Amino acid sequence: MDLHVVWFILIVVLFTGFFILEGFDYGVGGLLPFLSREDRDRSMILRTITPVWDGNEVWMITAGGALFASFPHVYATMFSTFYLALFLMLFALILRGVAFEFRGRRETSAWRHFWEGCIAFGSILPAILWGVAVTDLLRGLPINDKMIYTGGFLDLLSLYSIVGGLTFLFVFLYHGASFLTLRLAEPRLVERARALGKTVGRIAIGLFALCLVLTYVETDLFTRPLAVLALVCAAVLFVLANVLLAHKRGGASFALSSLAIALTTVGFFAGLFPRLMVSSIHPAYSLTIENAASSPYTLSVMTVVACIFVPIVLLYQLWAYHLFRGRVTAQDAEEEY
Amino acid sequence: MEALLLSRWQFAITTVYHFLFVPVTLGLSVFVALLETCYVRTRRPAWKAACRKLVKFFGTLFVINFSMGVVTGIVQEFHFGMNWSEYSRFMGDIFGAPLALEALTAFFLESTMLGVWLFGWDRLSERAHCVTIWLVALASNLSAFWILVANSFMQHPVGYALRGGRAEMTDFFALVTNPYVVGEYSHTFFSGVATAGFVVLAVSAWKVLHDAASRAAFRQSLMAGALFLLVGLLGAAGSGHLHTQYLAQANPMKLASMEALWETADPAPFAIVADIDEQAHENRAELEVPALFSFMLYNQPAGAVRGINDLQATAEQQYGPGDYRPDVTGLFWSFRLMVGIGGAMIGLAFLTFLLAWKGDPLRFPWLLRLIPWLLPLVYIVNSCGWYVAEAGRQPWIVVGLQKTAEAVSPNLSGAEVWLTMLGFTVTYLLLAGVALYLAFRFVRHTVISYEGRA
Repeated sequence: MDLHVVWFILIVVLFTGFFILEGFDYGVGGLLPFLSREDRDRSMILRTITPVWDGNEVWMITAGGALFASFPHVYATMFSTFYLALFLMLFALILRGVAFEFRGRRETSAWRHFWEGCIAFGSILPAILWGVAVTDLLRGLPINDKMIYTGGFLDLLSLYSIVGGLTFLFVFLYHGASFLTLRLAEPRLVERARALGKTVGRIAIGLFALCLVLTYVETDLFTRPLAVLALVCAAVLFVLANVLLAHKRGGASFALSSLAIALTTVGFFAGLFPRLMVSSIHPAYSLTIENAASSPYTLSVMTVVACIFVPIVLLYQLWAYHLFRGRVTAQDAEEEY
Repeated sequence: MEALLLSRWQFAITTVYHFLFVPVTLGLSVFVALLETCYVRTRRPAWKAACRKLVKFFGTLFVINFSMGVVTGIVQEFHFGMNWSEYSRFMGDIFGAPLALEALTAFFLESTMLGVWLFGWDRLSERAHCVTIWLVALASNLSAFWILVANSFMQHPVGYALRGGRAEMTDFFALVTNPYVVGEYSHTFFSGVATAGFVVLAVSAWKVLHDAASRAAFRQSLMAGALFLLVGLLGAAGSGHLHTQYLAQANPMKLASMEALWETADPAPFAIVADIDEQAHENRAELEVPALFSFMLYNQPAGAVRGINDLQATAEQQYGPGDYRPDVTGLFWSFRLMVGIGGAMIGLAFLTFLLAWKGDPLRFPWLLRLIPWLLPLVYIVNSCGWYVAEAGRQPWIVVGLQKTAEAVSPNLSGAEVWLTMLGFTVTYLLLAGVALYLAFRFVRHTVISYEGRA
């Protein structure tokens, strides 16, 4: 197969891994303030993700690094285009990253609430920004013939990208709620997570539908059957996930929402293919897998490396999840390290 | 123009700040892994109990430091695309590969295994648990290797060809075996060991002096820290010396600037101090040792060393008119600060190790009182080292291939970069304050008793 296509697929794989995995820990972080006011409960809720969130975030870093290596023009144009948006995301991720570490180090409630607030903020804002970014890539941005973005920060925001951002946020919140019903030991908290999951799930379904309509209006995605099929399947599976959660089938619900997120990612990228960033100035200025790619030599080196290491990474990450598979109890949360 | 200057400041601030935490991560991961190996292997129950607590103690300092390193590391990766898009376009074919490899082979392993290590004490056997921290240490150092492969290309490009207006990789093997990376990596690794050693030493000295209940346990780590520091410093001095010799062929302009050697000389003298006049391209006054610089480079008191003015003339012939001199004054003094303080620390480490090994360190309370106050020095030394490395390649971003001024993102306004630079800087300062506060508080309040040997 053409190496450009291989790398397009690999980028999709990395973003899929990122959205599924970091999706639930963004969701858990975002729901944290609304699940319980008790410090003990919040410690348990956080303990479901503290051993794994950092590993999940590496999916994003790897996706970024892989873009740099395989499609350097996309990396250059995308990151400088989303300059202020990425600044906000980095700011949020910095606070979130240290908050996981700092929160438990003092007992006072003001201290804990502050860092819990940082975790929630640091989970919600990046979730929204990723939705904005994905919809912007598809709708098109003012990129000139030199692959340089000619707009400003406000050009990144439109009704479509805002709906896209909120859709990502609510899908992730739902995903997190469904994850929590699997991972918490106390029935009271599981119930609470399920109830919240139902609410955010309904909002997510509404937003998802609206996002599909706007995608039809704003982009050329609906001219591509594979993309349409993936997105429609994603929507159906997501509705099904909600039904299953209501019937206390947390495991199946989480599996389906993971699949729905994967198909959404595939759908959006299939809508882009073979482009990676659409130019709204002229179709010929779009960044594609051909004009934005690395040399064949670099791509083949990186293909070999990826074929060796991606499976290894998957294996030990699965092992880590397996190791922490039990439901989190109050005792687990108190355990000091 | 404003965006360029501010982007440089922003990158410099992030790099220096990031590198406050990185050396500790590199060295302390190895230290904690060694300590946990002692814990697994010892047969003395009293020491085993104390050792486990020491592992968790230094492990906690490690993760506080690590979390700061991680969050600033992400900023680093994003900066290349955000502020330096033309650099990323020109260099992505080569530079992206080690960055992707770093994430794929090191970051995943490091973060996943750290999570397992932190929360897996009761879920894994002692041995398996110990293996996870060794994997963290391995991955940390592997990530340092990959990023230094990338940095070494900027200092000394190898295995590439210029095609279609960009640098393309032609030999991956040449990239990872770049002789430059051997010097940079070994020097960084040993500096990490030294930094971690100093952190352990300073913390232990404070505990031995002020916390009678924990005294016995921290006497053990005091000795270990001094030894770790000593090994790190000697390694850093040795690798630094060899790397400087190598600079004579790889990057003579950086070398001459580090020594403020304006005119080519054979044998070349070594200036201990100099009053540098960058406008006139000469030193107004200098205190020099004849032939020493040649001796340091060639192991004999003879041999030509090319001066800045000579190299500038050659560069103008090769690349056209322009100023190819880096910040000579800054390089000269940073290098002296690094070598001077580093050398003095060797004496300190040796003395402390001897005193702790042969006798009771409490007989020398002045030393224990002094050591924690000296801890900032090791951070200053590390920053000076990176200043020499990075300022020394200016005006190039990739030596001989692309200038820093050509690399900045063309779409950024000064206002945008002002906003992000101030935003990052304020965030960094506040978080450094919090991290320090937590580390101090943790060190002060944690008691580790050890009944084995008083």
